[in-house]
Amino acid sequence: MHLSYEESIKHVYKGLVILAVVTLIEVFLSLIGKGDFFPALSNAAPKVTLIITGLLIIVLSLYKAYYIIGDFMHMKYEVRGLALTVLLPTLLLVWAIIAFLQEGGSWGARREWVRQKNIVPAEQTAKPGPQGMIMPGEEDVYFRMF
Amino acid sequence: MASQTDHLELEHEVHDGTEDWSGGKAPFNTSYGKLMMWYFLLSDSFTFAGLLIAYGALRFSSPTWPSPDFVFSTHPFGDSHLPLIFVTIMSFLLIISSVTMVRGVQEGKRENKNGVVFWLLMTVLGGAAFLGCQAWEWTNLIATEHMSLTTNPFSVHNDAGVYLAEDGSDAKKDGKIESFVSGDGYLIHRAVVLTDDNDPRGKADHHADDHGDGGGHHHEVFVYKSQLPLDQTHQLIDERGYIHRKFKLTEGLDAGKVKTEEFGPKAFGALFFFITGFHGFHVFSGVAFLLIIAVNAASGLYTARRNGYEMVEKIGLYWHFVDLVWVFVFLVFYLL
Repeated sequence: MHLSYEESIKHVYKGLVILAVVTLIEVFLSLIGKGDFFPALSNAAPKVTLIITGLLIIVLSLYKAYYIIGDFMHMKYEVRGLALTVLLPTLLLVWAIIAFLQEGGSWGARREWVRQKNIVPAEQTAKPGPQGMIMPGEEDVYFRMF
Repeated sequence: MASQTDHLELEHEVHDGTEDWSGGKAPFNTSYGKLMMWYFLLSDSFTFAGLLIAYGALRFSSPTWPSPDFVFSTHPFGDSHLPLIFVTIMSFLLIISSVTMVRGVQEGKRENKNGVVFWLLMTVLGGAAFLGCQAWEWTNLIATEHMSLTTNPFSVHNDAGVYLAEDGSDAKKDGKIESFVSGDGYLIHRAVVLTDDNDPRGKADHHADDHGDGGGHHHEVFVYKSQLPLDQTHQLIDERGYIHRKFKLTEGLDAGKVKTEEFGPKAFGALFFFITGFHGFHVFSGVAFLLIIAVNAASGLYTARRNGYEMVEKIGLYWHFVDLVWVFVFLVFYLL
């Protein structure tokens, strides 16, 4: 840190205010997304509201992470090589997030597919067949033909 | 022999510790301890990332998921429901303790012993307060709302409908019909299961009030174990005493059909207890180490050492990391 002692104390309390305010904004956005605040917005377009507020919250959280690592953990003032050896490996997580969320979505789709398959089709017992042409018990033979 | 002696002397020099990292130059211009703390935190971040990604994958695989503003709306200050307020207070506690930690490191740089001890103790206080809040949150979820590792009584309605009363008509609460829309959350309450068939408490009728809220106080229902499962017009009390209310759908193709409240996605409880528990364990370890380092600092150990208050910087890195992880736990579990 190239700041004087007094300046660095000021800097810390500025950090406190930034993190607290960003957290409050996040909670506010989250409650808008869930419809606790401005329910009209959430009622009109629930999915869109949820996705937009969600993306904003993610960006704000990443900013909080950047601030904590950069200023509180002093990463900004470390040698570039140190910062890179710590931060670059976390890029692996980008793919992990994409891959596993995709995987989770696929599990969900398959579960839904199985559920649909398990639903017994309603009223299949009443089969209007041609009268007088097929002996009782031979309906299945008739239907197998077509 | 002579060459061996030289070798030994060299070894001696290597472990002498008079030079940074003993090669005469500190790689990355930092101490060995701080660099290794960074790499430990990197590996730890992968553990947390694994847990949070597992949460994401399971949530994506589930047709419904309890809404956090419904599940986390209780707080120790009363019966009212304030979504996310209590966890926001917990977040503030960690942010504040991060700031006191930075102040401790700054005083360490100035070799101000009393300042270091004071700010470390403030940080301990913040961490302990956070743990206290978490203890309350867990107690409430386990004892009042009956969530466990494998049973998740929180879920969400997929359709609009209205709850049934004992006589099969629309249930009313405070004179208003108890209806809900798709996306509304519900909590399956639990009756007190009496093993003794002569227990007088079970003589009252099986009537449960105040459903559909996020917990808090509702009057207790007593049932005899021998009666379970108990299927009634307005509710089904299962073998373990969970009261699944019945409701009539009012919209869509199935309008008019009577359905029973089902448990929410099973993984929710295990994920919640494991992830917040693992984070809480980090906070707990951090508090323990902060106390040790505060005692060491007070005893004057660090002024006598060559590297001064570096230990305070290292626990500082760890403590900020705990705050950093909470940013993401808060994001994934409570906000999204």
